[in-house]
Amino acid sequence: MGVTARSKMFKKILIANRGEIAVRIIRACREMGIATVAVYSDVDRAALHVRKSDEAYPIGPAAAAESYLRMDKILDAAKRSGAEAIHPGYGFLSENPRFARACADAGLKFIGPSPLSMEMMGSKTRARQEMERAGVPVVPGTSRALASPEEGEKIAERIGYPVMLKAAAGGGGKGMRLVQTRQEFRSALAAAQSEAQRSFGDGEVYIEKAIINPRHIEMQILADEHGNTVWLGERECSIQRRHQKVLEEAPSPIVDLDMRRRMGEVAVKVAEAASYNNAGTIEFLVDQQKHFYFLEMNTRLQVEHPVTELTTGLDLVHLQIRIAAGEKLPFKQSDVEIRGHAIECRIYAEDPNNNYFPSPGKITLLLSPSGPGIRRDSGMYEGWIVPLDYDPLLAKLIGYGTDRQQAIMRLQRALSEYFVVGIKTNISLFQQILGDADFQAEKLDTGYLDRLLGKGNQAGAARAIGGEVKEKAEMLETVAAIAAGLFAAVDPSGPVIGNAGAIGTDPAAPTAVPSNWKQRGRSEALR
Amino acid sequence: MVYEVIVRDEARNELGGRPHQLELEKTVGGWTCRFDGRSVDIDAVIIRRDVLSLLIDGHVYEIKREQTATDLHMWVGSTCFVVELRDPRSLRSRQKAVGDEKGPRKILAPMPGRIVRLLVAENSNVEAGQGIVVVEAMKMQNEIKSPKKGVVKKISAIPGAAVNPGDVLAIVE
Repeated sequence: MGVTARSKMFKKILIANRGEIAVRIIRACREMGIATVAVYSDVDRAALHVRKSDEAYPIGPAAAAESYLRMDKILDAAKRSGAEAIHPGYGFLSENPRFARACADAGLKFIGPSPLSMEMMGSKTRARQEMERAGVPVVPGTSRALASPEEGEKIAERIGYPVMLKAAAGGGGKGMRLVQTRQEFRSALAAAQSEAQRSFGDGEVYIEKAIINPRHIEMQILADEHGNTVWLGERECSIQRRHQKVLEEAPSPIVDLDMRRRMGEVAVKVAEAASYNNAGTIEFLVDQQKHFYFLEMNTRLQVEHPVTELTTGLDLVHLQIRIAAGEKLPFKQSDVEIRGHAIECRIYAEDPNNNYFPSPGKITLLLSPSGPGIRRDSGMYEGWIVPLDYDPLLAKLIGYGTDRQQAIMRLQRALSEYFVVGIKTNISLFQQILGDADFQAEKLDTGYLDRLLGKGNQAGAARAIGGEVKEKAEMLETVAAIAAGLFAAVDPSGPVIGNAGAIGTDPAAPTAVPSNWKQRGRSEALR
Repeated sequence: MVYEVIVRDEARNELGGRPHQLELEKTVGGWTCRFDGRSVDIDAVIIRRDVLSLLIDGHVYEIKREQTATDLHMWVGSTCFVVELRDPRSLRSRQKAVGDEKGPRKILAPMPGRIVRLLVAENSNVEAGQGIVVVEAMKMQNEIKSPKKGVVKKISAIPGAAVNPGDVLAIVE
């Protein structure tokens, strides 16, 4: 399975992305002896993906529309550098068939599926039609846009309320409306259509039976360019906030061997119906009776791909590159074995105490975990200024164990070692989830996180009672007070006074880092 | 050195507890420490800037210091405490101590972003917790609220302008 011996392998790849995923792809390239080309916007010159790459080219201002979404500039950089292939990562241009086509026209290999497969899966109604034709289970509803409100009401009556209205071009919860009764139907339809028009420039809306509190489970597939397609097991992605995934795990606690095989076979059928190449993911909605329905296909590498890598022992980015270079899949379906359990936490720059509002800024202190069963895919470093122009995903912390319980324990341990200062992160949210009785009892669905956050305060109140707990809390308070005094006594130039909001205080401009000599002297002085 | 320290658990939204008295004195081998008059045997090592390892009675604590735009935080393990530390002998510190509930309060930008719009006009009356300006970052909008009931004396935020953490957005008196 050696890679270097193959003559067709790429010598240089451009990564049309930023953040942790660009770093992850650069690492795979380096492992395979492939040179890397980064692209970056004005605010990303010091970003980790630029620092880690062999070559880097600027592609414009901070706004993604003027840089990471500019096909012409990215193709220019590829030409200048002599790259032979482009890896799009996820987001940005990764699911844009026009970009895939432009790469081909420029003589560059796009590491992903063909533009035709992407187009088929890009429209939700078209994907539904194709899947119905291929005999894949879809949620009852229509596979074309509603012609009139009357037609919509008739269909809703037939499949039964509650129903969901969805934008054909949609994603991320935009243009989506849950309709409980016939009385609400017309106004909900008008709202969904106008939101879809505004968000996607396409007011097409279709209708599906609403599955209440479904699970969201997806199946990873890999397909080479020689007609071989395999499934690599499912990922449980039910823990979401505002339709954004927060924590994923593999395998899903509710999927047994038989269900996994059936989902895998359906996923392969979906991929084959789309003449799909490279890595892809088929998303399913699963109802409380464990019936699964095709939701959509993501025609790219997913954020949560590491949990599949840990449970299969495969490197999906290596395989993506090898497939794009024309190699056959180096294993068969029967070779794929799911071992152990992996859980991923998406570390976002957002403030848990302020309704998860994004929190960009300078990272003044970063302490990162490691140790048994811990993988960290990160795009941040101490001293880096997190720009406010992009997605707030900073890093992914993934725990692996022989079983789910051990994966949870390892992650809890690792999270207690993870410390980011200067910006806010959602690290504390994961301690809350992993310690929650329902999570540990595998009671998950897409409504789980809202319920957990709703009861957050009760847990805090319960914690305040109890004698031993109270005594311990008092001790910690004492420790905090003594520490504050020691910091001030040793470093009087540093931050001393809280309550900076009072008039007469300097805005808390973080003070300059003192020289190592000074630091050393102070550290000695403490002994 | 003698300090007055107020500590509260950030997760619990109680208002400041009673002030503790902390005396620290440098000795040849380390420190002597008295907390509310009681002697505490401590062994302290600064690991690096903002990280302190503290040994008390055989127990190990690692404390991280975090200065936000508005508060001083001490993280003990994964518990975050908001700390106010005053040196009663320092004039600077005494001046700060008075600003609390009476007197004017600055409203500071807690994160970098752009001003989207103003929610109140200068000289209008506001309640504690009422939104003053809307700041946008990473495509999300956030209302910055008044810390107290009073009158908006000055608004320095300009819609469309970029702000950095700690920038003064408005003053409420």
